Amino acid sequence: MNEKTIAAIATAQGAGGIGIIRISGCDALEISQKVFKSITGRNISEMKGYTAAYGHIYDGDELIDSGVLLVYLAPHSYTGENVAEISCHGGLYVTKRVLRAVLNAGASMAEAGEFTKRAFLNGKIGLTEAEGVMDIISARGEQSSRAALGAMDGALRKKIDSVKENLITSAAHLSAWADYPEDDIPAVSTENLTGELNSSIDILDKLLATYDAGKAIREGIDTVIAGKPNVGKSTLMNLLSGYERSIVTDIPGTTRDVIEDTVMLGDIPLCLSDTAGIRATDDPVESIGVEKARKRVKSAGLVLAVFDSSKELCDDDRELIGLIKDCPSVAVINKSDLETAIDMDYIRKNVKNVVFISAKSGSGASELEKVVSDIIGTSQLDPSAAIIANERQRDCAKRARDFLNEAINALEMGITLDAVTVIIEDAISALLELTGERASEAVVDSVFSHFCVGK
Amino acid sequence: MVDVAGKYDVAVIGAGHAGIEAALASARLGCKTAVFTINMDAVGNCPCNPSIGGTAKGHLVRELDALGGEMGKAADETFLQMRMLNRGKGPAVHSLRAQIDRRAYAERMKHCLELQKNLELRQAEITNLVKNDDGEWELTTRLKTKYLAKAVVIATGTYLGGVVFVGDVSYESGPDGIFPSKFLPDALKNMGMSIRRFKTGTPARVLKSSIDFTDLEEQAGDEPVTPFSYDTLEPGKNKVLCHISWTNEKTKKIILDNLHRSPLYSGKIEGIGPRYCPSIEDKIVRFSEKERHQLFIEPCGLNTEEMYLQGMSSSLPEDVQTAFYHSIKGLENAVIMRPAYAIEYYCCDPLQLRRTLEFIDFENLYGAGQFNGSSGYEEAAGQGFVAGVNAALKILGREPMILDRASSYIGTLIDDLVTKGCQDPYRMMTSRSEYRLVLRQDNADSRLTPIGRKIGLINDERWERFNKKQELIKEELKRVKSTVIAPSEKVNKILVSRETSAINTGVRLIDLIKRPQLGYDALSEIDENRPNIDRNIFEQVETEIKYEGYIKRQLIVIDQVRRLEDKILPENIDYNAIDGLRLEAREKLTKVRPENIGQASRISGVSPADISVLVIYLASLRNKNNGGAK
Repeated sequence: MNEKTIAAIATAQGAGGIGIIRISGCDALEISQKVFKSITGRNISEMKGYTAAYGHIYDGDELIDSGVLLVYLAPHSYTGENVAEISCHGGLYVTKRVLRAVLNAGASMAEAGEFTKRAFLNGKIGLTEAEGVMDIISARGEQSSRAALGAMDGALRKKIDSVKENLITSAAHLSAWADYPEDDIPAVSTENLTGELNSSIDILDKLLATYDAGKAIREGIDTVIAGKPNVGKSTLMNLLSGYERSIVTDIPGTTRDVIEDTVMLGDIPLCLSDTAGIRATDDPVESIGVEKARKRVKSAGLVLAVFDSSKELCDDDRELIGLIKDCPSVAVINKSDLETAIDMDYIRKNVKNVVFISAKSGSGASELEKVVSDIIGTSQLDPSAAIIANERQRDCAKRARDFLNEAINALEMGITLDAVTVIIEDAISALLELTGERASEAVVDSVFSHFCVGK
Repeated sequence: MVDVAGKYDVAVIGAGHAGIEAALASARLGCKTAVFTINMDAVGNCPCNPSIGGTAKGHLVRELDALGGEMGKAADETFLQMRMLNRGKGPAVHSLRAQIDRRAYAERMKHCLELQKNLELRQAEITNLVKNDDGEWELTTRLKTKYLAKAVVIATGTYLGGVVFVGDVSYESGPDGIFPSKFLPDALKNMGMSIRRFKTGTPARVLKSSIDFTDLEEQAGDEPVTPFSYDTLEPGKNKVLCHISWTNEKTKKIILDNLHRSPLYSGKIEGIGPRYCPSIEDKIVRFSEKERHQLFIEPCGLNTEEMYLQGMSSSLPEDVQTAFYHSIKGLENAVIMRPAYAIEYYCCDPLQLRRTLEFIDFENLYGAGQFNGSSGYEEAAGQGFVAGVNAALKILGREPMILDRASSYIGTLIDDLVTKGCQDPYRMMTSRSEYRLVLRQDNADSRLTPIGRKIGLINDERWERFNKKQELIKEELKRVKSTVIAPSEKVNKILVSRETSAINTGVRLIDLIKRPQLGYDALSEIDENRPNIDRNIFEQVETEIKYEGYIKRQLIVIDQVRRLEDKILPENIDYNAIDGLRLEAREKLTKVRPENIGQASRISGVSPADISVLVIYLASLRNKNNGGAK
């Protein structure tokens, strides 16, 4: 009976063992199918109720995590609708990443209390809870409208408003031109319109990029610790995280899996992945881990490449250096008690940032913090700049941007301007939603204030 | 003894474009109907432009016709020039516009009313309207005659408390020098109805032989002519030309020098004028950077030399009018037969209405047309039809006819009026419909004729023709999907000449039609086995194919919105007693009294959180009524 399929993180936010993303609505299984690939290749949309599958979680082509998918079929679920729950590795970064993948696959962000609301509407919870749910929703509604008001003068609001105004002016011009063919409204030139749409897309693209930079502070940076086995990666990670997580032994190659953990490096949360070493290996199990590590290094937001100062650089080290050359990366030289044998000149020539640490004595952490803050740009982050702050805002801005791309595409294909206007209006609606305004008479009003029309 | 001169099921006050459709629909549905007009010679009058249709208005006429209304047929029978506007701008904004013979149109409509079974056309000014003890409406005329009616439709246009302004002269009058309805406003106020003043205006009519057409641009009609009505099988020919001229610096100077003599600028007119239909002085003040403004010179009929000056309405004094009209090319020696004037009138606040156009607070009383705050003949006719049909259906004890936004422009117009209200006279525009790729003028019959048939206003012959057309559309769609065009030199030559890529394997016809550069016209030589059917069918099929993706997306949204419309809000809801609602939402909801969740969600000031609260409130009501949660 409900309109959209919704999704949200169902577990408490923060570091935890596992995170659960709940998807509810008639398309829950179809959307899950898009992000969750079962190991056995089974078709998610054909799964029975109360069954589970193990598999990998993707955002488009990009592998994010592995986890378990649980299926509940309507009406036997919390909300009474089809529900899929994806259990993934806990921690802010991964769960949000999975949520984003689910939203990208077509789900809408659940509003406050929406799962409970649906549960109630479908008769899954009783009358007595109804009042409570209404209270929650209205409290959250107040809160969000207050938040919207607070953000009125904010930099983001100004940016979005300027894009919105430009688009409304374009749409009003198109409307005046279509609705008043007998007034001498200048025809809309495709080149001008494309230019205007492109400049709006640019602004939205930049804003969407701030989400990733701003995200660094809110959610942490996707950080990979890489390096040859047994150079001290695990000990570095343990130093950063403050407790033992990885298996630390002297046998090379014991850290096989990508393990996620979030630690604070000064003000910046790092979402650490400890990888298997990058080395040639005949062990089939380990070679899977090595390949995975290579991919992770390439896609990471930050690479901490660890080298042992007491050993000379080998081919594996050189390969790693080549791999991180153009990535945001730091060469972390683990100083041991033994004599220095490493070729520092080679490292400095190829890697911009070098930090010496001693895992055992705990020194070097503050240098690392400074270097990382420079790389990520948080040291220059202007607190007054426009920043997209949450998943909802990102979702709206992204939809607006996608609509505008579609409009340009339609223009290039020679689709008539009536359809193009409708797509631009869809983009405007998405931006109005972002700023918490209602779809309104904005375009019609603008026609009358900007164009001299009428008999 | 109360002397009653007549008893009716439905009485309609006003025989303009709204009143005509209301009365005809009611009578045709079998209700004994009376329609009262202040002046028998003003039935179906066009006191402003001599034209029917135009952007979005053409959609309204088509829709009205598809439902079983009269306007389209009358326009087809009396048109002087027919044009499809906006060709090339896309099928959603194609709109039909007709110049009509103004007197012929009015005569045709009056005769239609006279011939209609169950219908009495009476000349009488209604001066009082009260409900008697039996719950019937008692109408009193200026001659103190009384009539009774179970339901009443008010369609008073600009007559209700009408005051005409020309310069510093003003007097009580309806349009075209006809008596205004002077006493009814007090009756409505006494009833407790909220009414307010709006304003509109019309340009001068000038003598044709005094115009110099030598250097004016001509505007001809379309050949072949596309008719409005699905009943018009053989449309007539174009009979006249229109002409275009421009204002200039001199016009501007005359108007600006005399602005202080305009009642609009001196503050004499309190009514709110339409933004879309500004007077020439308004245009010149508000858009002062514009050097010139366009005007159209349109004939008012075949048997008259009066010419209408579209774009030049004014309320400046007559001497100023003469001066600025004479400053325009072609009008240097124009003889003004009727001066331009502004007219102020009473209308109701449409937030008091339901979507059936019945007043929420006054049972069996309906409003339609300019009385509801709209403007335009077509907007009026559409509402008149909806009000007349619903008044009749109610008296007959049948289910009401509700047209939602997704069904039609008529539905959009009504939803806007009763949900958002209006701050100035409301004109329909294509930009007002979020579903305009679906609500096209070419498919008005597919969308609405089944509704018209269900009500009982589409006869068997028309219904059969409709079904046949739908069948042909289906077959044609099937044909283009199954027809494969093989590559050949001839085919590729045509494709390349249209700047689209050649084919080297067989391609389905539908995929060629999908290409933006191609269409039925371009493919006529390639598509050799095309059936010999109406070209409108090709147009509709082509649009459905080309815009399939966009149409599908709008249909999904429509489906979602309709689910919200299905959640009915009970009429007696006390919004102040629902805790979760924010204060602003309570106030707005109490004022608008929406009929369902969908309508509520379109009220400005009602947030998504408020809607959630309402949805839960509704569900808990249902549970209570069912004796608790399941």
